[in-house]
Amino acid sequence: MAKLNTEHDSHKLGMHTEQLSGRTQQVFFSPSAEDNFVYHDSIEVDFKKTAEIDAGPLDISDVNIKIRDLMKRGVGTITVKNPSAKHSLGVGILNRLNLNFEGSLGYFGCGLCDGPNVRISGRVGWSCAENMMSGTIVIEKNAGSTFGAAMRGGDLVCKGDVGSRTGIDQKGGTIIVGGNAGAFNGFMMQRGRIIILGNAGKNLGDSMYDGTIFVGGKIEDLGVDAVEGEITPTEEKWLENKLELYGMSAPNGVKNLTKIVAGKQLWNYDNLEPSEKKLVL
Amino acid sequence: MCGIAGLIHRGKSADIGSQMTSMLQALKHRGPDSTGYALYGDGGKDYIMRFKVAEQEDLASGFDIHDTIKERKDTVDARLKEMKVKVKDEEQVTEYAHRYTLSFDGDLKRMIDFIEDIEGVEILSIGHALELIKDLGDAAVVCEQYSLNGFKGTHAIGHTRMATESDVDIRSAHPYWAYPFNDVSVVHNGQLTNYWTNRRDLERRGHRFMSDCDSELIAVYIAHRIDEGDDLEDAMRRSVNELDGVFTYLVATADSLGMAKDVMAAKPMVLYESDDLIALASEEVAIRSIFPHEIDTFDPYEGEVRVWQS
Repeated sequence: MAKLNTEHDSHKLGMHTEQLSGRTQQVFFSPSAEDNFVYHDSIEVDFKKTAEIDAGPLDISDVNIKIRDLMKRGVGTITVKNPSAKHSLGVGILNRLNLNFEGSLGYFGCGLCDGPNVRISGRVGWSCAENMMSGTIVIEKNAGSTFGAAMRGGDLVCKGDVGSRTGIDQKGGTIIVGGNAGAFNGFMMQRGRIIILGNAGKNLGDSMYDGTIFVGGKIEDLGVDAVEGEITPTEEKWLENKLELYGMSAPNGVKNLTKIVAGKQLWNYDNLEPSEKKLVL
Repeated sequence: MCGIAGLIHRGKSADIGSQMTSMLQALKHRGPDSTGYALYGDGGKDYIMRFKVAEQEDLASGFDIHDTIKERKDTVDARLKEMKVKVKDEEQVTEYAHRYTLSFDGDLKRMIDFIEDIEGVEILSIGHALELIKDLGDAAVVCEQYSLNGFKGTHAIGHTRMATESDVDIRSAHPYWAYPFNDVSVVHNGQLTNYWTNRRDLERRGHRFMSDCDSELIAVYIAHRIDEGDDLEDAMRRSVNELDGVFTYLVATADSLGMAKDVMAAKPMVLYESDDLIALASEEVAIRSIFPHEIDTFDPYEGEVRVWQS
């Protein structure tokens, strides 16, 4: 595994400044605990070693088992052909890996991943990258609803349109949508960032605890406790860098994105524990 | 959970029986209890009537059931004769399911009510183009049982059912025919939370319900709105606001196919649209079952209503 620097670029960019109110505590990984970043059974793979899987005639579990078998043989770049919108492909990969899908995935694609860099040339169905921990997933076409639900880290990119409830319960990482997004995006998100370059549907950021949503197009309406914020110079720089990574750009420049944050007026920002409330009452 | 699927060919006929079977079989995991088809043939002057005289489970209800089934069928024939309906062709598909080709110029609703007044008899569909087939089991079973491979037509909708709110039987299986409007049918994935309020209202207005399945309400609702003068798209748009709950449903008429999604967008729908074919289903894997090559698909958004013509 790569050595970690004690100095985080994200600190310089001010990306660790979200202060969660109430009872939540911020805990960051320490570079001195490097061993904790590696799963006990993770595999050293060579990205120059490549292999192909034809998913057409295979069952879902057979495809996923083949991916693991190839990783165990040190293969670091795997191309899956003919995924044919099958569900649950590429899930639970807790390893570094370049994984390319030539075609579309069904529901629950690439969920629970921690580390791989995935590229999907087609579309993905509902719940792509659910609970994603780290790595990158780039989808060239459209995505279904609950895109990146409960995501915790990494970059999740859809270059087309996405359905509803993108980033629901998001706890970290970045979701980028090149096109339009449906309703209820960022619903109850707790941390992380969502960038929607097109239009966003109704109830954007409804009941969000924290995190930030940037929108390039029109917002149909905001959800409960979602309010507009002001983009800082640090965020501008971060947005430009992040979009450039994936060959994308804001339609009218990052300065003209609308920033949405939590107003933090909901009851859950009350600091009192239930037992303390009883004492007060 | 349930799975729904629809397809419509623009300006041509195709083997929609095989295509819909492939789509529904790909959705089997969403509901293995029953499978239903609303297939729209090329149509003609005659009516096609699909009806059943018993439930599949009735066959195990006793020694007399076979005589009862025969008596019910004989009563149907007698009443059709009494109503001066000319039966030009008849086919017994299973012991309890029949397909009649009819010639009739009289009051269709009166004729339907007269037939359905026979205990255990339900008309599944009547129309010039629509043939509604539904039975227990997955798509492969129902397709073989009813010889649906090779069925030529312009469009179809279908359903794989996981029973949640009502029994596993044919009367609770989808699609539902929008009685008494010929050639209108509905399939639905979801749950209506104001079912009883709407049902009581529609019953007071004279509409009939054959099951306790909330999906039937959509068919009756659409029929009522059309009766009130709405066109199909208007009726569907109104339903998105007036029907409460989470739902995605498909409606077909003699020459069109429509889809509606609730305002929460809580039930899935994937859509493929080309110049000559529209296919849509709860999951892309169903669409891909009839398209071996890569295609571009997308999810319709919340509250969206679309209608296509054949």
